[in-house]
Amino acid sequence: MSAASHGPAPEQPASFDFTAENMERAKRIIAKYPQGRQQSAVIPLLDLAQRQHGWVTNAIIEKVAQILELAPIRVREVATFYTMFNMRPVGRHHVQICTTTPCWLRGSDDIVAACSKALGIGLGETTADGQFTLGEVECLGACVNAPMMQIGDAYYEDLDAASTVRILDDLKAGRKPKPGPQVARQTSAPISGLTTLKGNGSS
Amino acid sequence: MLRDADRIFTNLYGQQDWGLEGARKRGDWDGTKELIAKGRDWIVEQVKASDLRGRGGAGFSTGMKWSFMPKKSDGRPHYLVVNADEGEPGTCKDRDILRHDPHKLIEGCLLTCVGIGAHAAYIYIRGEFYGEWSNMQRAIDQAYDAGLVGKNACGTGYDFDIYLHRGAGAYICGEETALIESLEGKKGQPRLKPPFPAFCGLYGCPTTVNNVETIAVVPAILRRGGAWFAALGRPKNTGTKIFCISGHVNNPCNVEEEMGIPLKELIERHAGGVRGGWDNLLAVIPGGSSMPVLPKSICDTVLMDFDSLRDVKSALGTAAVIVMDKSTDIIRAFARLAAFYKHESCGQCTPCREGTGWMYRMLTRMQKGEATQADIDMLDDVTKQIEGHTICAFGDGAAWPVMGFLRHFRPEIEKRIAARTQRAAAE
Repeated sequence: MSAASHGPAPEQPASFDFTAENMERAKRIIAKYPQGRQQSAVIPLLDLAQRQHGWVTNAIIEKVAQILELAPIRVREVATFYTMFNMRPVGRHHVQICTTTPCWLRGSDDIVAACSKALGIGLGETTADGQFTLGEVECLGACVNAPMMQIGDAYYEDLDAASTVRILDDLKAGRKPKPGPQVARQTSAPISGLTTLKGNGSS
Repeated sequence: MLRDADRIFTNLYGQQDWGLEGARKRGDWDGTKELIAKGRDWIVEQVKASDLRGRGGAGFSTGMKWSFMPKKSDGRPHYLVVNADEGEPGTCKDRDILRHDPHKLIEGCLLTCVGIGAHAAYIYIRGEFYGEWSNMQRAIDQAYDAGLVGKNACGTGYDFDIYLHRGAGAYICGEETALIESLEGKKGQPRLKPPFPAFCGLYGCPTTVNNVETIAVVPAILRRGGAWFAALGRPKNTGTKIFCISGHVNNPCNVEEEMGIPLKELIERHAGGVRGGWDNLLAVIPGGSSMPVLPKSICDTVLMDFDSLRDVKSALGTAAVIVMDKSTDIIRAFARLAAFYKHESCGQCTPCREGTGWMYRMLTRMQKGEATQADIDMLDDVTKQIEGHTICAFGDGAAWPVMGFLRHFRPEIEKRIAARTQRAAAE
């Protein structure tokens, strides 16, 4: 795991509380696990808290530990193990480019360069206005749609430099770019047309 | 070529409704009650007869794995855990099942649970698959609302609950015991085996962990018979398989094909061929990044199944075919894979924690030609110090690609070293 990005941020908010709505969600999550096994809800509750606050603070770790009746270290060691938890603030749009070999073979270097140029920042950096954080990630499991990047929860696939810049421009302008393949293609099907399942599919 | 009539994943690309109505039109949830009524033993027998081998990478016999579960509960509940933590570089097949055919997986979970005496299933899905999680959760809600799962599932009197659990970005959680640890709310660090999960798994209870694709083909096997599945492919390498073809091909894609299809036919028929033609092929990683690479000479004739690939010192793995043409800096390709394993090592075992860093640093130097002949031998030695010396198979999976690379492409490294030495001498 990349330890460097996982140290606690120097400036920490004093407290954290789930909103009433998220507290209800937390209760429903905990109910999915057997009695006495509420520790299973650590990852989902940290995710819920990060969605509410943007990153995982010390106060969030304390709060989740309190709700699940765990020692705070049990929650902290989980928060720092998994790469999806941001232990420091990130921009409003968290741009994560896959650069593992299948994406690299299809030109992920160009995507990194395009993002870097369009945003004026390097990997691991955040724009001065706090809008964008740029990072590279390991395989996101969309290899037949390489190269690709994830922004927030959405996958943008079959990218080239031009489509990458267009997506970032859309986000800058407050528009919502369409996720999925950025070329004329249905999900993971061959772009040249179907080689199987050409009928109605129910054959 | 496999007939569409023998294809299981008829909504692979999501052309149709993924929801319950669409699923029923594709034949899902048809006569599930009758299949359950045939009983636990019949279900396991059919799966054994199908010769289904696990689709998550190791290729272990699914029926045999199920038969390791205690026949009678000693008071502890049994669990099914579905591994949807798809993240082996090159692999993106479970993603299509989760987002386009979620009901196949839910029905498969129910039937499998009857087969192993379990009343609850947890599906562990990688955290980044947000849209896939969303479809899957909505499909589970539909199944509850329709009485297909829950109390008295499908009107059989069998109680069955199914839960979806999201991970948070750790490749190691695809290892079954790390996945169990993670599901229990801990760091994803693998457990020593034995005890095996079938005796002591989730919450200390008997547990079967299976891959998404493995579970999702179970309803088709039970409906059409183990013999139907076993007649596809080759003996001990049966059935259909979703292949993911990525890298330097004209039309990268996922496709369901018959097990044992020749690699060349798979690439040419479905992925539009290698960029620049078959003769422009340099190498293929046939089973996801953890499996040894094959040079073109082997790719010309090899069949895509467990035993054929084992015979050429590689493996089918997840059937993720990563194609590299002659323009590839193959040393960099493997240096980047080494970076992946260095990043994802959980750090529990020293040979893996330290060894993945060694391999990454040495390959990075070799990429630039900054190495000696002796370094190549040392890299080979490091791979052997990792392989077989760790708690889980991650160490093997990190070492094997480098071993395969050295086996077939050592001259490339030597050439790069020689070129740099010459340049240095000229300066």
